[in-house]
Amino acid sequence: MHEMGIAASVLDIVRQYVPEAQAPLVRRVTVRVGELAGVQTDSLRFCFEAIVAGTPYQSAALAIEYIAAVRACRQCETEFASAALLATCPACGSADAPLVGGSELSVAEVELDDEHDSAGQVMP
Amino acid sequence: MSVVTIERKVLEKNDALAAQNRKRFQEHGLFVFNLVSSPGSGKTSLLERTIAALNGQVRIGVIEGDVQTDLDAQRVAKYGVPVVQVVTNGACHLEAQLVGDAASQLNLADLDVLVIENVGNLVCPAGFDLGEAVKVVMLSTTEGDDKPLKYPAMFRNASVLIVNKVDLLPYVPCNIEALKRNARHVNPDLLIFETSCTTDAGLPAWCDWVRQQAATVHA
Repeated sequence: MHEMGIAASVLDIVRQYVPEAQAPLVRRVTVRVGELAGVQTDSLRFCFEAIVAGTPYQSAALAIEYIAAVRACRQCETEFASAALLATCPACGSADAPLVGGSELSVAEVELDDEHDSAGQVMP
Repeated sequence: MSVVTIERKVLEKNDALAAQNRKRFQEHGLFVFNLVSSPGSGKTSLLERTIAALNGQVRIGVIEGDVQTDLDAQRVAKYGVPVVQVVTNGACHLEAQLVGDAASQLNLADLDVLVIENVGNLVCPAGFDLGEAVKVVMLSTTEGDDKPLKYPAMFRNASVLIVNKVDLLPYVPCNIEALKRNARHVNPDLLIFETSCTTDAGLPAWCDWVRQQAATVHA
């Protein structure tokens, strides 16, 4: 249960890029979560909603970009998607293929609606 | 609509503090390991045995992480080593900031090895770098041989596995060969020790390894 701390860190990072004056324009915060990052995405969504509530950033919705686990074969260097524990390389059949991707946890981007004001009117 | 590209790691703050800790530990020629396991595997017992065995040869300091109480720190302090208790007040893991603050209460120049005993939890501590040189994961035979498959992140991020309570193998449904096979499926590079803190089986090999690591870092 460390999703609350992660949600707070996400908001901290967003604050560094979007000043409070612009905060109501934030529509979407995209977070990249690897299959092996140990993060429960439903729980992260819930915590993010809770953490932005009552702040100028409360209009931000959390979007999650899910990254599949990737293995790289040490025999033939083929990369393939697999989170399975007993994965064998589809190219050469070797079982010596450690995980090389899928533990990502990063804030990718923020989308701002700078065409409408806070009342939903089109800005000049 | 406009898009602001950010591309920053969520745990970058912890990672940056961990890097600071690591640099500080290296400057002092300290070998630091982060000891993780579920509650009751025998982390504190292993520490007690290790400190007693290396007494007079390797200067050990300890940071004890617990959700509540300083019971573990009291146990370790009886062996005459410097120990700092970190109480997380409910949090499920240690973070780099807490470890950095705790390390400031120790005289690092007087130590060869610093052990960080993490909060008993086989899930959350896996993702938080503390600035250690290696993660040592402990698993006891009473927990079952399937745990490396059920909690893979911890075994993947560790360099060393200690299988503890091997004296209980005749009495518990744990196949130690299956346990080691499962652990190596998750992490083929794991160095594995088999120990008992009751009979002292396997402890000399483990203590030799700690002594070697301390000597290597010091050199």
